[in-house]
Amino acid sequence: NMSLDEDVQRLLIQFRDEAGESLGSPFDVPVTITPDKLQLVCNALLQKDEPVPLAFFVHDAEIVASLEKTLAGQSVETEKVLDIIYQPQAVFRVRAVTRCTSSLEGHTEAVISVAFSPTGKYLASGSGDTTVRFWDLSTETPQFTAKGHRHWVLSIAWSPDGKKLASGCKNSQIFLWDPATGNQIGRVLAGHSKWITCLCWEPLHINPECRYLASASKDGSIRIWDTLMGRCDKILTSHTQSVTCVKWGGDGLLYSSSQDRTIKVWRSQDGVLCRTLQGHAHWVNTMALSTDYVLRTGAFEPAEATINPQDVSGSLAELKDKAQQRYDQVRGQEPERLVSGSDDFTLFLWRPAEDKKPLERMTGHQALINQVLFSPDTRIIASASFDKSIKLWDGRTGKYLTSLRGHVSAVYQIAWSADSRLLVSGSSDSTLKVWDAKMKKLAIDLPGHADEVYATDWSPDGQRVASGGKDKCLR
Amino acid sequence: PQNEYIELHRKRYGYRLDYHERRRKKEGREAHERSRKAKKMIGLKAKLYHKQRHAEKIQMKKTIKMHEKRNTKKKNDEKTPKGAVPAYLLDREGQSRAKVLSNMIKQKRKEKAGKWEVPVPKVRAQGETEVLKVIRTGKRKKKAWKRMVTKVCFVGDGFTRKPPKYERFIRPMGLRFKKAHVTHPELKATFCLPILGVKKNPSSPLYTTLGVITKGTVIEVNVSELGLVTQGGKVIWGKYAQVTNNPENDGCINAVLLV
Repeated sequence: NMSLDEDVQRLLIQFRDEAGESLGSPFDVPVTITPDKLQLVCNALLQKDEPVPLAFFVHDAEIVASLEKTLAGQSVETEKVLDIIYQPQAVFRVRAVTRCTSSLEGHTEAVISVAFSPTGKYLASGSGDTTVRFWDLSTETPQFTAKGHRHWVLSIAWSPDGKKLASGCKNSQIFLWDPATGNQIGRVLAGHSKWITCLCWEPLHINPECRYLASASKDGSIRIWDTLMGRCDKILTSHTQSVTCVKWGGDGLLYSSSQDRTIKVWRSQDGVLCRTLQGHAHWVNTMALSTDYVLRTGAFEPAEATINPQDVSGSLAELKDKAQQRYDQVRGQEPERLVSGSDDFTLFLWRPAEDKKPLERMTGHQALINQVLFSPDTRIIASASFDKSIKLWDGRTGKYLTSLRGHVSAVYQIAWSADSRLLVSGSSDSTLKVWDAKMKKLAIDLPGHADEVYATDWSPDGQRVASGGKDKCLR
Repeated sequence: PQNEYIELHRKRYGYRLDYHERRRKKEGREAHERSRKAKKMIGLKAKLYHKQRHAEKIQMKKTIKMHEKRNTKKKNDEKTPKGAVPAYLLDREGQSRAKVLSNMIKQKRKEKAGKWEVPVPKVRAQGETEVLKVIRTGKRKKKAWKRMVTKVCFVGDGFTRKPPKYERFIRPMGLRFKKAHVTHPELKATFCLPILGVKKNPSSPLYTTLGVITKGTVIEVNVSELGLVTQGGKVIWGKYAQVTNNPENDGCINAVLLV
């Protein structure tokens, strides 16, 4: 009703996207406008085929009920134009996992690593009984048992095309497996002198054949393996202590974090050390790249997921293009961001391609940080720590958002759902908790494990969560 | 210290010129002497000796066999150790250590409050007449101000007696101990560790200052042998242990480590 509108205060607003570019020209809206109406207007301005769900922020506060309420605490000048930042949310929604569909037994020792393939079709788990097991997700039964390792399988990594699985063990050997048959591909990759801490494949958009694999080890070196020829291509030595994590970035850079308190940036082309990022006061335990999720899923688009996960089809060139597109979309205009968590209870946010100095130091945890992860849309950083809490930070600036408390003992691993709305965390108190990232609250509690939960993963198609732990069973 | 006069003499004057040669030859003769004695012995003495020797020989044979096994190359044991942990927990000493540290902190707090959570909580309190024996002195043996400790005690490295005329408490050399057999409750292994000091004797603070060790006494032992390390990376070299036997009856101190 026009008469009602006239009584209400009106404001000039200007829509801006996250990078700061303005959309359309400023116009006038009543202060009582709600996010739905803002969404209609914004979608009309964006002129897209399908309406995209959006979230609106003014002065870093989200508009939940109406513009008036959000501005209640802030002094607003009606003469100036107010900037409203819009963020497109993922079109698809992932439903929260509510219950345990099955408990997969079969391992004879603790399950120490769990990973879904990039399309969500296969599930692999590595365990202390030296085997890697593949599980059939549709029937939830064991599919293959890959034997070959002689010691605990510490880390597993899927190639971005989902056709190979690399597993590293405590005897410093790396095996490659074919998930379709459960057999070993090629030769054993041996070369490290101490156990393997982390494995990372080369991103799909750089090389669609998924040929190169980087492995980090306790002996302080990083080896790049040529999986086709079955030999070591490059050895990157510079760290003086164990390398805890290695990540292959999408821009031709390799990042490695180590117990010697540094993070080193290498050029993946020739293995030359570019930069050393210093700042931490104790071991750097974990790292996460803003483009992690996209690099992991390669050419697979979670929005296109079907109930029965399928392998991504298409020629190598097609896959490469798709992967490149997705990567560019997530990355945007800015260089990749890297967040590192350490034993000194702090996290650092870096822009490793540009600067040696950190963007932000994120403090607040009261015990060592075990894992950090960017949300798939790179807006939120979640950090899991031994002080029983998970903290959420803003993905771009590193500002503290909130703490998620609920676990009664150390939180070991976390995993984001593909739409960045939900977060699952596994802890040593044998429970998993699903948190709603928007509400910043606990959504669902998943008890059921008999002992500590060592590994957690959310499938990229958003349908399932897998967790494995000390009680030798996978749920 | 009064019991190192031999070493002291050796340090001051050295050895006899033919000492080493004579010792070598004596050791060479030992096997022959032994067999001569074994052949000649008769009676109960012989029975006891032969029994003991038999046990010794069994042990010797075992060690020889072990040495032989060591020389031959065997395939490494296929069994992988239990207790698999994920990579991020590998370099850490596990949650039990955290518990150890938190327990240590709790222990410190309880200590301040005067409370202890120990394996042997209640012990029979030992009265003065039991622990200290009255020593009569003086020309007519009428003076009775000296006391002798009848239980095992620990005196420490730099201990020197007070002049005997003024010494009120006598701690006999025969009852002084430097080492204790300490059992680790979780590992179930026993180590012979040197004692660093007596922390608390439950019967009386007087005994604590004297260093009297009875059942239930909390002593501090040197655990650098065990190679324990704190989460911060520092080596732990002293820990508390509680005595579990009556050392004056057994001739040795058995204790349980307080973790």
